[in-house]
Amino acid sequence: MDSQVRITRAIEFSSSLRYAHPDLDAAANRERFGAAASRHGHNYRLEVTLQGEPDPVTGMVANLADLKRLLEREIVQRFDHRDLNDDTPYFEKIPPTPENLAQVIYEILDAALPAGQLDSIRLHPDADLFVDVSAG
Amino acid sequence: MIAVTKRYGFPAAHVLASRELSPEENEAIFGPCANPNGHGHNYGVEVTVTGPIDPDSGQVVPEATLDEIYQAAVAEPFSHRLLNDLEDFATRVPTAENIAVAIHGRLASAVRRSTRARLLRVRIVETPRNSCVVGEVK
Repeated sequence: MDSQVRITRAIEFSSSLRYAHPDLDAAANRERFGAAASRHGHNYRLEVTLQGEPDPVTGMVANLADLKRLLEREIVQRFDHRDLNDDTPYFEKIPPTPENLAQVIYEILDAALPAGQLDSIRLHPDADLFVDVSAG
Repeated sequence: MIAVTKRYGFPAAHVLASRELSPEENEAIFGPCANPNGHGHNYGVEVTVTGPIDPDSGQVVPEATLDEIYQAAVAEPFSHRLLNDLEDFATRVPTAENIAVAIHGRLASAVRRSTRARLLRVRIVETPRNSCVVGEVK
């Protein structure tokens, strides 16, 4: 029987961004990315799912208070009320599309959490779009 | 693995009744949904694709491309229609399940034709309380 349990915590952060490719000038970026080449912003919602077996004593897969602090440190402080292009090092060579931002967040959290604990993340840039990233 | 889901939707009418059953049998199985004059829903359609991130667009499928695929494969044939009139439902009752199967089939071939990604799943949200998924859930 699969006794694996998944627990999810959500956070929100607000960032500005523009899609830009380092090899392209402003006109070429606009042609490739359209309106997303202009600086704009999103209220991102991030759902972080951890996996494991509930600890026999605490009944927890992970202490959500610890997870809250970790998400504050690793995600909110890095991205909230920041410009993804100018205030973070991740988007000098790739545009901060939902896919690329989700991939960056997955890698940050996978490195920050105990090995094997991160199951998946779901990043919502708006109400009509979300990206799931999981191992494999 | 990375999967991108976009929510779309269309309003449509349907009648839940099988041509192989009598009006009484349809009424017994489908209840008010068998009303021969029809009823309708704002169907939500959640389309999930998976594949490598294209280095040029930074996306699995450029959003405009996915919008065009949805428009041609789903919105065009299904929006503002009585679903029972469509070829997809000539021999099937247009339940949420059969609508999901039909839309999954249309989108899977369109995504295969027009992108390097593949369709992972389609979720049909018939009402805030009813939904149906076809494809891989994870």
